[in-house]
Amino acid sequence: MKIHQVSLFAENKPGHIAAPIRLLEKEGIDIRALYLADTEQYGIVRMIVSDWQKAARILETHGFVVKVTEVLAVEVIDHPGGLADVLGALDQIGINIEYMYAFPDAREGKAILIFRFADPDVAIARLQTAGVNLLTSDELLKDQ
Amino acid sequence: MNAIMETAASDCHPASVPDYTPLPELRELQLKRLQAVVTLAWKQVKLFRSRMDERGLTPEDIRSLEDIARLPFTQKSDLRDTYPFGLFASPMKDVVRLHASSGTTGKPIVVAYTQKDVDVWTSVLVRCFAGCGLHRGDIMQIAYGYGLFTGGLGAHYGAEGLGATVVPTSGGHADRQIMLMRDFGVTAMCCTPTYFLHLIDRAAELGVDLKELPLRAGVFGAEPWSESMRKHIENMSSIEAFDIYGLSEIIGPGVGCECRRHQGLHIFEDHFYPEIVDPETGAPLPDGAEGELVLTTLSKQAMPMIRYRTRDITTILRGQCECGRTLRRIDRIGRRSDDMLIIRGVNVFPSQVESALLQIEGTLPHYQILLTRLQGLDQMEVQVEVTPQMFNDKIGALQELHHKLQGALDRVLGIRVRVALVEANSIERSEGKAKRVIDRRTS
Repeated sequence: MKIHQVSLFAENKPGHIAAPIRLLEKEGIDIRALYLADTEQYGIVRMIVSDWQKAARILETHGFVVKVTEVLAVEVIDHPGGLADVLGALDQIGINIEYMYAFPDAREGKAILIFRFADPDVAIARLQTAGVNLLTSDELLKDQ
Repeated sequence: MNAIMETAASDCHPASVPDYTPLPELRELQLKRLQAVVTLAWKQVKLFRSRMDERGLTPEDIRSLEDIARLPFTQKSDLRDTYPFGLFASPMKDVVRLHASSGTTGKPIVVAYTQKDVDVWTSVLVRCFAGCGLHRGDIMQIAYGYGLFTGGLGAHYGAEGLGATVVPTSGGHADRQIMLMRDFGVTAMCCTPTYFLHLIDRAAELGVDLKELPLRAGVFGAEPWSESMRKHIENMSSIEAFDIYGLSEIIGPGVGCECRRHQGLHIFEDHFYPEIVDPETGAPLPDGAEGELVLTTLSKQAMPMIRYRTRDITTILRGQCECGRTLRRIDRIGRRSDDMLIIRGVNVFPSQVESALLQIEGTLPHYQILLTRLQGLDQMEVQVEVTPQMFNDKIGALQELHHKLQGALDRVLGIRVRVALVEANSIERSEGKAKRVIDRRTS
């Protein structure tokens, strides 16, 4: 159920995000989702990629500071209220979200939510009990 | 027990015997050598001769070691002004080696060695390494730069002279350094302390646990480093870290080195006579007082240096070391008389920045101080490279780190500085030495 997310540190300057992305593309790594969390000075690039181990290795070899974290992916119907339903379920089971981001699924009419929880194992157990559909890594990447 | 074993000069490496010379004998030897070197420089070096003439001095006026204070100083600018060979006291046919500084500011500085000078240099390095408890059978990796820089070749000859197995990796290629360290079972590492910090971080990334390796000693020099940095290095790698001191103008590495007591650096004063002077006035200061270290080469032939102003600030420690060596010790050099920064009227030393950074992360990230002037006001920015240990995928955690760094720097320095977190490897490295300060203030 856990998805490996690759994060890297980037200064908030022109070209500083393009360089690592180009590097991954050159090595044939698909970037399924990319989310930038930024401050005025620097940012964190978070990515879901087709081969996280290879991506982390390539980036580290090129001197980037990389962190791999486990996140969870939830698929929702892309219609008004779809997101609210999932967040409502999270509220009910009482676990805090460290951060989240969303992107439209390649499959029509669906959207994918990525969640980072302090303890992903607890989150998995409670979400499954609450009937929330978690995607496996294979399901998330299968359209590639 | 240790003290008894170490004081037995007969137990040590044959090259280390002079470390234990009885004081009266040592002083007599120093005076004899001082008189000889002053005579040599007076006869052969025009600049020195003219400065002696100005003072109405001849070599015969040096009758005691105290008379050294009557001699003129030599400055780094003298080496530049007489570039390349103006301070040589031996003909080129007797010079077997030339080294030069990297020359980042204008002309480089050239230094020369006769075969005898090279032999002395090797012998003092053997004494350094022997004092660190190294011996035949040790495998020593020399990761100082080889070439014009004195660090690599100096340490190399010293390690060979000791009878150790030498792995001459020179600087750079961290992954290869770590691989060889592991595969060859290296027991001692010689490099700059900042380069070793880099190797510690890189080894962790590569999944190599330095604590599991046979590595047991590190001889680190060519830049000032702090006591907290030593603790960090020793904790992260399970080695004993030694501070070695030297400068090309005098001979290169090996002017002084710590023994296993780690209570200051013994100066090999049978070859390099130390004085402490007031950095402003040049007046001699007694042992125990802090001031600028001034060194005189007592045996150098190719390029003797008389009362060379090192710009390094230290103290000659009073009393004899517990190890039994009669050689005087200097305190570890934390700063230079010329690396002090004055920012909005406040004195700031790069070493203070280092200790503030170490307080927060327990690791010393690569950093650089950038000075600019905005509307007549000095601005100081400390750029800190984000290490894998510091990095977190949560923006809040990075901001918290940022605030902590800011707070520690403000407290330690007493002035407001700007902290910038920058990408790994974005700060320029040169020759393994860290360039700590970029001053873009124009007056």
